[in-house]
Amino acid sequence: MRASRLLSLLAVAMGILWGGVPAAHAQDATEKEIERYREMLSDPFSNPAFLFVDRGEALWKLARGEKNVSLETCDLGEGPGKLEGAFAKLPRYFTDADRVMDLEQRLLWCMEKIQALDTRDIVKRKFGRPGVTSDMQDLVAFIANKSSGLKIEAQQNHPKEQEMAALGEALFYRRGGQWDFSCATCHEAEGQRIRLQGLPVLSKPGKAAQSTMGTWPTYRVSQSQVRTMQHRLWDCYWQMRWPDAAYGSDGITALTVYLQKNANGGEIQVPSIKR
Amino acid sequence: MRTLIHSAAAALFAVAAFTLPAVAQSAKVDPAVVEKAVTGMFGHAPAAWQEKIVQDETQKACSLHRNAPPADVAKAISAREEKNVVLPADGKFLGDWKSGEKIAQSGYGGRHTDDPKREVGGNCYACHQLSKKELSFGTMGPSLVEYGKIRKYKDEDVKAAFIKIYNAQAVFPCSNMPRLGHSKHLNEQQIKDLVALLFDPESPVNK
Repeated sequence: MRASRLLSLLAVAMGILWGGVPAAHAQDATEKEIERYREMLSDPFSNPAFLFVDRGEALWKLARGEKNVSLETCDLGEGPGKLEGAFAKLPRYFTDADRVMDLEQRLLWCMEKIQALDTRDIVKRKFGRPGVTSDMQDLVAFIANKSSGLKIEAQQNHPKEQEMAALGEALFYRRGGQWDFSCATCHEAEGQRIRLQGLPVLSKPGKAAQSTMGTWPTYRVSQSQVRTMQHRLWDCYWQMRWPDAAYGSDGITALTVYLQKNANGGEIQVPSIKR
Repeated sequence: MRTLIHSAAAALFAVAAFTLPAVAQSAKVDPAVVEKAVTGMFGHAPAAWQEKIVQDETQKACSLHRNAPPADVAKAISAREEKNVVLPADGKFLGDWKSGEKIAQSGYGGRHTDDPKREVGGNCYACHQLSKKELSFGTMGPSLVEYGKIRKYKDEDVKAAFIKIYNAQAVFPCSNMPRLGHSKHLNEQQIKDLVALLFDPESPVNK
């Protein structure tokens, strides 16, 4: 008994010597600074994301496409043109399309069906970069913001919504690519980090999934862009050494459905701001 | 006290029994549906990438068992992966630790936007603590501080480390660690340099 206590004390002491604790301190200090920075930028007058929100509102009302109409009659699940709370329930099943769609798939669908807009250019600009704005990023920022302050209501009533959650879970655990990674490699175990970056556990319902899913879309300071969940998952697969994940593909939506299911009830604060 | 622990264990059991059907249900997704979704996501990638999307036997087994394979499956994985390890023809396992430290620090390579001509890294610090001087290290893998020193620089441990880096699954079936040599991400010399980082007494890992 005494020996084992001595051993654990020794282990703690060695941990300190080995720099484990100072590293944790460094991490805490960094995270505190980032938190302070987030607070500073969380009001609408200083978070650059709100420039995207404003552009998104203009795009929502802009008449274009062969039919020269706006998106204002687009049904995001809560009825034509109804934006309040729509994002909180996405992805969801749409009867008219007979499939489960996330916000980005649904917007492309509305552009094609309502506006008869050629979306090739929109998809080409799916991810903004210096000098290139993204209509999708702007529209998502605007629409998601209309659910800010609400809670995530993951839709799991329709059989196709349940199928998508199950598919998303299977994809979450599917190892592959040059480095044998799956989503679960980084997001299943508690208290892990890559370098100093903490990793949220996304494989079960709880606070980590809620605070992650409740804060996308977000303004990525390092990229000077509002990034959507489509981009987040594309970026994950890029880091995982998988090929370029297709924008608006059903696999990405399935993963989002699974993640939203685990994030159900989480508070939405978007667009947020992150590193 | 003991009964309390017993009833707590029984309660846990009951919870586990209740949650089991949900797990079984989610495992019931038709593999063809999963593969169709994967094709939908990555089918447009260049031909050279297509083989990386198709799972090999080990990836399939680890996905199916969620990295906790039953004993017989685990044995089959390590047996198969052991056969894939190519040991250095010159019988030498130790390279240059200074080059090893650079490889351990760099995470470059393997991403679809990376320049294939640039030198790749092993990204070791992303998951492991190595040098005591480097405070920015991940915790997905165990700390490797004083790795060689703790093992008294024994020859058999040097060889085992080469095998572990070359093909982690030969040692720990369904390990989270990439099979860095098997996938040809790192070449033989780079792995030797990493082994030296772990085993050279002058390396910051052992200092």
